[in-house]
Amino acid sequence: MTVDTMSPSYLADPDRIRGAGLATAGGAARLEARGVHAWFGGRLVLEDVHLTMERSSVTALIGPSGCGKSTFLRILNRMHEVVPGAQLAGSVELDGADIYGPGQRASDTRRHIGMVFQKPNPFPAMSIADNVLSGLKFSRLKPVDRHELVEEMLRKAGLWNEVKGRLGELGGALSGGQQQRLCIARALAVRPRVLLMDEPCSALDPTSTRRIEETVREIAEEVTVVIVTHNMQQAQRVSQYCAFFLAEENQPGLVIEAGTTEKIFSDPVDPRTLDYVHGRFG
Amino acid sequence: MSTTTLAPVAPPERPPSRRRPPSPVRPHDFGVADMGLFLMCVASSLALAWVIFYQLTLLSGAFGFLIVWYALLLTLYWIATSQVVDRMTATDRVVSVVVVTGAAVILGLLLYVIVWVSAKAIPHIDLHLFTRDQKYFVLVGHNVLSTVGVAHAIVGTLEQVGFAALLGVPVAVATAVFLNEVGGRGTRLIRTVITAMSGTPSVIAGVFIYSILIINHVLGYSGFAAALALFVLLLPLVTRTTEEVLRVVPSGLREASLALGASEWRTVWSVVLPTARSGVVTAVLLGVARAAGETAPLLFTAFGSQVMNPNVFSHPQSALPLQVWTNARSADPILITLAFEAAFVLLVLVLILFVAARVLGRTRTGSRRSRRWRRHDPSILGPFDLQLAPVSSDAPTEGGQP
Repeated sequence: MTVDTMSPSYLADPDRIRGAGLATAGGAARLEARGVHAWFGGRLVLEDVHLTMERSSVTALIGPSGCGKSTFLRILNRMHEVVPGAQLAGSVELDGADIYGPGQRASDTRRHIGMVFQKPNPFPAMSIADNVLSGLKFSRLKPVDRHELVEEMLRKAGLWNEVKGRLGELGGALSGGQQQRLCIARALAVRPRVLLMDEPCSALDPTSTRRIEETVREIAEEVTVVIVTHNMQQAQRVSQYCAFFLAEENQPGLVIEAGTTEKIFSDPVDPRTLDYVHGRFG
Repeated sequence: MSTTTLAPVAPPERPPSRRRPPSPVRPHDFGVADMGLFLMCVASSLALAWVIFYQLTLLSGAFGFLIVWYALLLTLYWIATSQVVDRMTATDRVVSVVVVTGAAVILGLLLYVIVWVSAKAIPHIDLHLFTRDQKYFVLVGHNVLSTVGVAHAIVGTLEQVGFAALLGVPVAVATAVFLNEVGGRGTRLIRTVITAMSGTPSVIAGVFIYSILIINHVLGYSGFAAALALFVLLLPLVTRTTEEVLRVVPSGLREASLALGASEWRTVWSVVLPTARSGVVTAVLLGVARAAGETAPLLFTAFGSQVMNPNVFSHPQSALPLQVWTNARSADPILITLAFEAAFVLLVLVLILFVAARVLGRTRTGSRRSRRWRRHDPSILGPFDLQLAPVSSDAPTEGGQP
């Protein structure tokens, strides 16, 4: 299935898309990390992570602060290398194609593996509608019907009813929760195959959090979601799979345990996981 | 017995007539009484300063008097206020007076310059000022002012500053983008050089162009040589200011853009620069306004001229600041008046530039792009218009016009 046939409102010029292994197939993809290590300025912060994120599933990354969850998430769409002094090792495969392979462009990878950040960051100089379309504009892609696409994405992010009368207003005029949903709509508009979310609700009130969780459950069918969260209940509510990260003092972070969310929360193998999910430390 | 306490208890009766609310108060409010106290302090410190300055000591001079008066005012005001309110509030008020007078002095001086130049120039302004040069200026004769103008200087300034901006602004913005967005090797060196350049006296810029281009016959005295000298001045100023402006663009926006698959170039062009737009426009404006007002770099480059020379690439050319400098030095009252007129034109030119930049730097609410989305707004059009696509007033409706 090509990107074009996914939706009538979306037309991509295939000539413009490079990196054939990544670009030609649409829909949710399987993401597999193998032997991922990360360094900041020569200091090892993440050691030998093997993790598979199944197609059309929601995977939650949990663990105390500073254990490398966010670093790992950023490695999954090549945002880690944006940080000065950051290095990595290992491979990440998107449906079998290594995103760190030779000839792979970081910008292509990021178009297929989108990201929503902890702090809402809509582009303040763009209108709400232009914010949604910004990813397409950056990749020089043209939707068949701009308005239909904007509406579809804002509906998916649960924001349409609140902003439909003021699409021309600047994105910065929205409240924090609305801004975050706008960021989700923006990330979805390029039809990514995986969506990474880095504590997307940590700056939001309970109502906004609930709406974003609903959105995550709804979009999981068409995009694989990986979500970092500090909220145990949230992990239980939205995810099917769960990975527990931990870093001992002055040691690099590693995955202690990974599996279905049900098993991690009810019957984990490692006692540290049990302690963490029951709030006994961290 | 305890069950009786569970019986519903009637809420306490509210008094039927509502009490008047207390009069609203703002802490630290500066009322009429405080104003009166301040004015009394002004008067008494004036009297005290007069006694000290002219009766007790042998001091003289208006400036010294003002300083003594001001110092006495602050002291007296603090003493008087601390009798009425607490010491902290008194200190607060005295500091407020210092801050407000500081701003007032600056504003007053600026206004003085503008009003003074305008008062000298406006009564003499006529249309010839903008159409004629100084070709027909003769030293003898009355009413000669109507035969001369500064058109040659206006043309010179526009061309020189225009070329300087044309060369300087792209280079400066590109340098700022390099320093802040790209980084890497050489950043520190470039920043140091730029800082040193912005501290260079402006005459050096003129001498620099003179010594490398004009002496070596690469260029003659010309407007373009002046534009190059102004470019040297404008470059560090615009670069530094633009860099400061780019630095305050939140890094989250860059990350968001990169995470959407944008290239670094695209991120700078579509996200960073538009976000910082009003700041970049201000930076450019500061540089251009500075260049427009410089005299020293033009002395060795444009050289100056009394006749119109629209060709920027050859032969000496005049410019407004250069004309002000030349004419104001002469002994002829006509030329001095012409200098004031030229200065006035320069002020107006810079003012126009400022207004234009404000309009350009405005955020985009209400602009063409946001109207495009309003046109598609279902709340205005109703849900069906969306499906019917091209919405235009003269398009025939489905039923056909009667």
